[in-house]
Amino acid sequence: MINVTKIKKDFPIFTFNPELIYLDSTATSLKPQLVIDKLNTYYQEYSANIYRGIYDISEKATEEFEKTREAVASFIHSYLSDEIIFTRNTTESINLIMYTLGDKIISKNDEIAVSIMEHHSNFVPWQVLAQRKSATLSIIDIDNNGQLVDISKTVTKKTKILSLTYISNVLGTINPIKKIIQQAKQINPEIIVIIDAAQAVPHIKVDVQDLNCDFLVFSSHKMLGPTGVGVLWGRKELLEHMNPFLYGGEMIETVSTKQTTYKTTPQKFEAGTPHIAGIIALREAIEYINAIGLKHIYLHEQTLVNYAIHFLEDSFKKKIQIFGPREMRSGIISFTLDKIHPHDIAQLLNDDHIAVRAGNHCAMPLHTRLHITASIRASFYLYNTTHDIDMLVKSLHKAIKIIG
Amino acid sequence: MSIYQERILDHYKYPRNQGEIEKPDKKTAVHNPLCGDSIKMYAVFEKNKIKKISFIASGCVISKASASLLSEYAVKKSKEQLRKLDKAFIINMLGIELGPNRVKCALLALEALQKLLI
Repeated sequence: MINVTKIKKDFPIFTFNPELIYLDSTATSLKPQLVIDKLNTYYQEYSANIYRGIYDISEKATEEFEKTREAVASFIHSYLSDEIIFTRNTTESINLIMYTLGDKIISKNDEIAVSIMEHHSNFVPWQVLAQRKSATLSIIDIDNNGQLVDISKTVTKKTKILSLTYISNVLGTINPIKKIIQQAKQINPEIIVIIDAAQAVPHIKVDVQDLNCDFLVFSSHKMLGPTGVGVLWGRKELLEHMNPFLYGGEMIETVSTKQTTYKTTPQKFEAGTPHIAGIIALREAIEYINAIGLKHIYLHEQTLVNYAIHFLEDSFKKKIQIFGPREMRSGIISFTLDKIHPHDIAQLLNDDHIAVRAGNHCAMPLHTRLHITASIRASFYLYNTTHDIDMLVKSLHKAIKIIG
Repeated sequence: MSIYQERILDHYKYPRNQGEIEKPDKKTAVHNPLCGDSIKMYAVFEKNKIKKISFIASGCVISKASASLLSEYAVKKSKEQLRKLDKAFIINMLGIELGPNRVKCALLALEALQKLLI
């Protein structure tokens, strides 16, 4: 069991905002003091650039930076830390794959498959690539439960890329990714499978070897780490054959006036000075999560989400529409209430210091599929309690009273 | 202070000038795809002034209340007068404090009105 009272003390935002009920961890998680301190330590004690300096503080920075690469590799069970590339965020990780590998392997009449539940960051890049190459973007639909339908209707022998979210940022659906990857590779053994694990890595154990995917991407800021740091994991043999994404410093081997040669992966993909402090502090976040244990975090979120679904449905009956499955769902609940515009609900909840998300949550195709323009989303993490949910329900009653 | 003051809620629940004008001199539709707010607006002019104005809105409290209040204000005003209306006027008209995200909801009605004046 998780001791939330103790955990909350690790998050200084609750000291500055004692009344805050934060139900928007799907957008970004809060940060523990240890992570914030780690950022400061870099800037205060060894704020040198990495790789280049032959002096103590630069070597210290390089060592701390590379230690994070190893920690990330081990966190998602990658055998090689060379397979970890640091980007700015999940969006950039996906764009990197699109611009390098995607651009190279997709030609006219090829197929790229995504699902209707993708975040725009895993939808738009592939739509753009398909349009540019006169390829087809195929979209895996969902059923009435908010779960993916059988992919064999969408993924064919012509599908060269399948890019899929592990957990829906709206429905909370945990996709049976391992099974889907198996199936996709049976249909086309050459298929490249990319997993958007932005909503998964902070909450469940993700194992890239076990999943047998080709790429997996996620962000630091959703897993207690700093903003501005993303991760791209890719199979080394694939990364080695990919062209660089951005050109410039840090990623080159030799430069002459006529020709440039590049470093190998991961540096080949990390042009320019990265967010050194952020990346170093990400290791602190990983250690924090490890110390509590993903298993405990997951169970805690399951308790909260089940409590919330039951309480919301009992309280608002037919007035509430909750989207997504009842089983295999993460700590995310999206809903509409009594035909009140989600922005008004969110605004009224804010009056009670409750932070939820309202809108389409960067998933417009999914909202169109659900025949709504917007929804309210409450999401849970290790610092949330059932009391937060009680307050949410109370405040929703108030909202209905005011504008319902 | 909450933005859901009585005056705002009153215009939301009982919008003034709501509905369609059958033979308008001009009609227009505006839409904010991000939040799904939409407003259709109709006007009849007499010389250079708005004689009659109406709207149909679907969306949040702020966008509806703003359309209702603006329609009340616009009656008998000249096109020149109305063209001068800006964000500051709308915020002042609503009399509430709005964050950058909600200001867009408030301005949708103004966008519709400006299109009627073209």
